[in-house]
Amino acid sequence: MYVRVVTWWTILRIGLEERLVYRADFALGTLMRFLPIITQIFLWAAVFETVGGGSVAGYSYENMVAYYLLTMMSRAFSSMPGLASGVATQIRNGEIKKFLIQPVDLIGFMLLNRIAHKLTYYMVATLPFAGVFYLCRGFFVGGWPPAETLLIYSMTLLLGFLLGFFLEMCIGLISFWFLEVTSLLFVYMLLNFFLSGHMFPLDMLPDWAATIVDLFPLKYLAYFPAAVFLGQLEHAEIIRGLWLEIGWLLTFMVLSRLMYWYGVKQYSAYGG
Amino acid sequence: MQSRPSYRRVFLTFARNSLIREMTFRANFLLQCVSATSWTLMNIGFYIIVFQHTDAIGKTTGWEQSEFFLFLGTTWLINSLVQTFFMPNAQEFSELIRTGNLDFALVKPIDTQFLISFQRVEWSSLSNFVLGVVLLIVSVVQLTTRGQAIVVNGDESRFANEQTISIVDSNGTASVLEFNDGRSVAGHHPIVIGEGKRTAEQMASAISEAINTLPGAMLTANPDENRVVLEQEVQIKLGASVTALANRRWDLEPLMFVLYPFYVLCGTAILYSVMIGLAATSIWLGRNQSLYNFWFYITNFSRYPMEIYQRSWGWILWGVFTFVVPVLVVVNVPARLLAQPLNPRHNWEWWLTGFALMATAFSLLLSRKVFQKALLSYRSASS
Repeated sequence: MYVRVVTWWTILRIGLEERLVYRADFALGTLMRFLPIITQIFLWAAVFETVGGGSVAGYSYENMVAYYLLTMMSRAFSSMPGLASGVATQIRNGEIKKFLIQPVDLIGFMLLNRIAHKLTYYMVATLPFAGVFYLCRGFFVGGWPPAETLLIYSMTLLLGFLLGFFLEMCIGLISFWFLEVTSLLFVYMLLNFFLSGHMFPLDMLPDWAATIVDLFPLKYLAYFPAAVFLGQLEHAEIIRGLWLEIGWLLTFMVLSRLMYWYGVKQYSAYGG
Repeated sequence: MQSRPSYRRVFLTFARNSLIREMTFRANFLLQCVSATSWTLMNIGFYIIVFQHTDAIGKTTGWEQSEFFLFLGTTWLINSLVQTFFMPNAQEFSELIRTGNLDFALVKPIDTQFLISFQRVEWSSLSNFVLGVVLLIVSVVQLTTRGQAIVVNGDESRFANEQTISIVDSNGTASVLEFNDGRSVAGHHPIVIGEGKRTAEQMASAISEAINTLPGAMLTANPDENRVVLEQEVQIKLGASVTALANRRWDLEPLMFVLYPFYVLCGTAILYSVMIGLAATSIWLGRNQSLYNFWFYITNFSRYPMEIYQRSWGWILWGVFTFVVPVLVVVNVPARLLAQPLNPRHNWEWWLTGFALMATAFSLLLSRKVFQKALLSYRSASS
């Protein structure tokens, strides 16, 4: 047990150090990522002016902008840049062999590595995030939500991280069977952008589409935490959402294990 | 020996070679087309959803759904041109600098900027061009067939006092109205136009009075929307009192077949200048990884009607992206020319059109200067 903890700690530390090398570039990149929100602010200002104040799909103008800012927060937890493609590359060029001969579990290693990524990301990104949110504090007309909501909110963020990780892990592991998953990844990215709520609040969808999207796991990656924070969802909806999210998370955890297990069995190591 | 290379033939060879290369892997080519267009389709999907909730982008801007989709079509036309002809080359350029392979381009007896800019053509990106054209055609058909809507709006500022508005009556004869003073122009029917701001309901009743003498004239008024739409062409009763009448009939002007493509090309040229200017900076910076992020974020501003920035601190953005880095005129000028009726035009729109021309020439010249200056600092790389 002790050895195991030491191993995990080492993996985590290496990951941290690796990521902190390019911190300036990192911070700048984070700030730049907020730029598209500026155009969203103006676009929605124009839309709300046309509608004549009021609300669009249950969002006031301020809430709409706050929603976009909050999806950036959700994505900071749930997005996994390079995870699936990294796993796919490792499988294709045979690098994955090292996990077969060393007493380190691939999925566990990747998870720790990702946690390290995220931790460093937060270290560097906290300042730009705080700056942007401070500048935009006027859009959060409701002020801070009550403590209970905040607690649920942080839960949804953490769950979003785990769900994002295992979902993308499964996609990466598909390359045990198909060596080239680039186009599949592209489709996933597209769907993710559109159906996670990153592009617009999912409440705007027409009813039939909303019912379908509601059953997908993608909405937990961006929409759900933001909607919880803004108080767009009723209590029962939140509880239902949390259970569904946990269900999806367990599904993808088990699925990734199974895929890894069966994948390794029929894996033939290419390359050297 | 010819002293000056034939640029046209060189370019055609580049284009042909690229096509041959892409056609070697046809399935891959198709896949690239699909992935390029799916982004566009998603973007269209987003705006379809937005227009489920609103009639227009901005109250008095005239960007209703069909007009806005013309705008979107224009965006994709210009973007696909840039992506087809320049994007792969600019990406290649940074790589050439890093590896020192730019040497080979420098020693060729042809203009280096030409060689760098046109070497590769990414034909698959043209699929978005096709999509843009489809979007344009659909919007134009929608605009020409949507019937004559008369929009009445108490706060309508788009039609200033001295402007004339024409209304076509059921006999097909056009009446030219003048705003706010009831004077007839060119001997046509005088219409008294009331003053002051009124609610939509008041306006609707005023118009109802004016047209109700006509059998079968349908009028729907929605006070919430603050506008009144006539469902069919009607004759306006002479001497009736209405607050404001704006003819929203849309016609495809023949002049547009020349002006629109011309300004689309101007827009492409501006974006090209920005891109090659940015790419040239990688000579100074060694490697410029965030170049394309930067590119994406800058051009992101160009994808929206400029009216949305014309409020509070948005004016700063508007100023910067119109006069300093003129990416705002790229899509706005051609789209506005096509989408908004030619007849009631604001003065500033003509100024803008003229300015776009100047901005194009200036950007091209400046980017050329930057490129040449940057080349002087090129030090090659060890191999």
